[in-house]
Amino acid sequence: MRRILAALLITAAGLAPAHLWAAQSIVVGSKAFTEGYVLGEIAAQTIEASGQGPVTRKLGMGSTGIVFEALKSGAIDVYSDYTGTLAEAILKRPDLKSIDDIRQALLKMDLVMSEPLGFDDTYALAVKESFAETRELRSISDLSRVESGLRAAFSYEFMDRKDGFAGMAQSYHLHLAPQNIKRMEHSLSFQAIDDGAVDLIDLYSTDAKIEKSKLRVLKDDRGYFPVYQAVWVARRQFTEQYPRAWAALTGMQGSINERTMIDMNAQADIEHVGFAKIAAQFLGAEAPRSQSLKSNILQRTREHLWLVGIALLFSVLVGIPLGLVAVRFHAAGQGILIASALIQTVPSLALLCFLIPLFGVGMKPALAALCMYSLLPVVLNTFTGIRSIDPKHLENARAFGMTNRQVLLRVILPLASPTILAGIKTATIVSIGTATLAALVGAGGYGAPIVSGLSLNDVPTILTGAIPAALMALIAYGLFELLGLAVIPAGLRKQT
Amino acid sequence: MLALQNIHKTFEGRLVLTDVNLTIPKGATHALIGSSGSGKTTLLRITLGLIPLDKGYVKINDQALSSFSPIEWADRIGYVPQEGGLFPHISAFQNVSLMATLRGWKRAKIGARVEELRKLVDLDAALLGRFPFELSGGQQQRVAIMRAAMMDPEVLLLDEPMAALDPLIRRSLQQELKSIFQRLGKTVLLVTHDLGEAVYLAEQITLLHEGKVVQSGTYGELLRQPNDPFVTAFINAQRTLPDAAEVA
Repeated sequence: MRRILAALLITAAGLAPAHLWAAQSIVVGSKAFTEGYVLGEIAAQTIEASGQGPVTRKLGMGSTGIVFEALKSGAIDVYSDYTGTLAEAILKRPDLKSIDDIRQALLKMDLVMSEPLGFDDTYALAVKESFAETRELRSISDLSRVESGLRAAFSYEFMDRKDGFAGMAQSYHLHLAPQNIKRMEHSLSFQAIDDGAVDLIDLYSTDAKIEKSKLRVLKDDRGYFPVYQAVWVARRQFTEQYPRAWAALTGMQGSINERTMIDMNAQADIEHVGFAKIAAQFLGAEAPRSQSLKSNILQRTREHLWLVGIALLFSVLVGIPLGLVAVRFHAAGQGILIASALIQTVPSLALLCFLIPLFGVGMKPALAALCMYSLLPVVLNTFTGIRSIDPKHLENARAFGMTNRQVLLRVILPLASPTILAGIKTATIVSIGTATLAALVGAGGYGAPIVSGLSLNDVPTILTGAIPAALMALIAYGLFELLGLAVIPAGLRKQT
Repeated sequence: MLALQNIHKTFEGRLVLTDVNLTIPKGATHALIGSSGSGKTTLLRITLGLIPLDKGYVKINDQALSSFSPIEWADRIGYVPQEGGLFPHISAFQNVSLMATLRGWKRAKIGARVEELRKLVDLDAALLGRFPFELSGGQQQRVAIMRAAMMDPEVLLLDEPMAALDPLIRRSLQQELKSIFQRLGKTVLLVTHDLGEAVYLAEQITLLHEGKVVQSGTYGELLRQPNDPFVTAFINAQRTLPDAAEVA
């Protein structure tokens, strides 16, 4: 048994993604939407060209909150954001209008902001050109004429931000029926409006799909939406430690205009050109050699296996003892079962968000979340498996003079082993699925192509993550069947 | 010799055993009989040392249960649970040898003892490799008796050994049990609700009712000199089938 454990640990260590042990490098982060990826790649290549060391890309980490937390905690060094977002969503100071005001406020958090990159990417509302034509819609004010029955799809961030939907509706006296508003992934809302499932969506003014989907952007005639100038935001420590890298980034001041940004977004979204290539073209440089699909999938597999493997080890080493405690002590048992069930009800994205302040970004919060999720099936099945043992066997064991330890090892665990193993199997398969979300906090794995594919609405890219994940789940299922042959006593196996 | 002396037991404030006395001489077979709720299962669990008693003694060869550790006591009483009570996840052989293995017996010693017992209960050697669910009720009983006798205890305690068997197998196993008991030469306490079984297997019978011993003696004594109307009622109640003369 000890030898098996040692072998497992060694294998696990071998699978650990190299960057876990690698020397410190500059980490570039990004939000999970096309423009974020493009700007992130531009930043990464600019820093590499400055000669100040290797760059780790943690692109597509999720929403503003996650990426900003990552910056504050030092998990990433720099990413691109927008002045409006910084003032409204992060500093919670909508009164801060000037670049300097925002910069001063950020400096108090030990963060540094660059000059604007040159384009303004504000929120905007859009409808189908044909829809606008028949109803004579030009500005947001015009919407009030058609507001009853208007079906909208808005991104989560737009719905929840102070300067998002609620403020806008108030400012324009718009009254959309709540049941007609769908919250969805930003990239999917284009699909929804293309399919005619909704009439109105929010988007970014540099969105590449405006043209492709034949949308009309409604004029913000009351000037409600704040200005969203793109900037770099970095940790002060990074700007001091890597002055040339930071100088190279700030040197881009004013160099990306709106047209350029829309073009780059369009290349990614519509022509499916890789982000690295787009960035290289913009910088007038050779695109860094992109990883082959095979080595890419191999690396993702290692990351994914590492995530799932650790979660699995944790669920076994902690879950089974917790299940035993739950059986032994009734009150504590109920507490344990309720607590692990509660964890399960926290949506995975929310849990990841809570964990970032504690663990930063990358593998650690993802591992913590997976460990917590994989706990319930193992605890519950250990508990149920033991509780469903015929009590006569336990009494007989004591009547034969077996010690508590012997009863546990010779009777309880073997008899409960089919149920416990089923719990571990469930935990593993669920972990393989949930681990795809780990990409949102920069942990990599099969989720990385899924997240970037989603934001690009690029099904082939999604599949390079989704298919291996499904295969891994199938293989895990098969391995557990084999493990069952080794672990479950033959007398129980043949009965079922 | 097994002796139960002045045993009292209350359970949730209710007196379930009152001044129970029972002595079984070495090598004798004794049946403890009573209907359900009579207290016989509680008495059995007390004898096994699974639950404490409020007052009285359980003694083997004049040494009280309280002077032994649970493990030492278990080595002195071989227990055959209802329906054999074999552990379903291990083979018949592993069931028989489990306690010897846990006590660190050498493999050869275990093999020799199992073989000796196998011959004694007349079980086909091939059956020892099987799992309980692959054995018939009668075969499971024999394996359970081997397990109970494995550590060479002073006393064998059997709980309703025939209850789950069909009548024909019952009859043949009853005969075998009797000879097995004779060959083993153990002091045997048999707990049952079945008078037929008690009469067939045991020399002495103790009838328990509402936690008290109503009468102890041979079947003939119970039949001819009942201590209490309950004894007669109990005996008559178990003679269920009518005679040929009574059937039209």
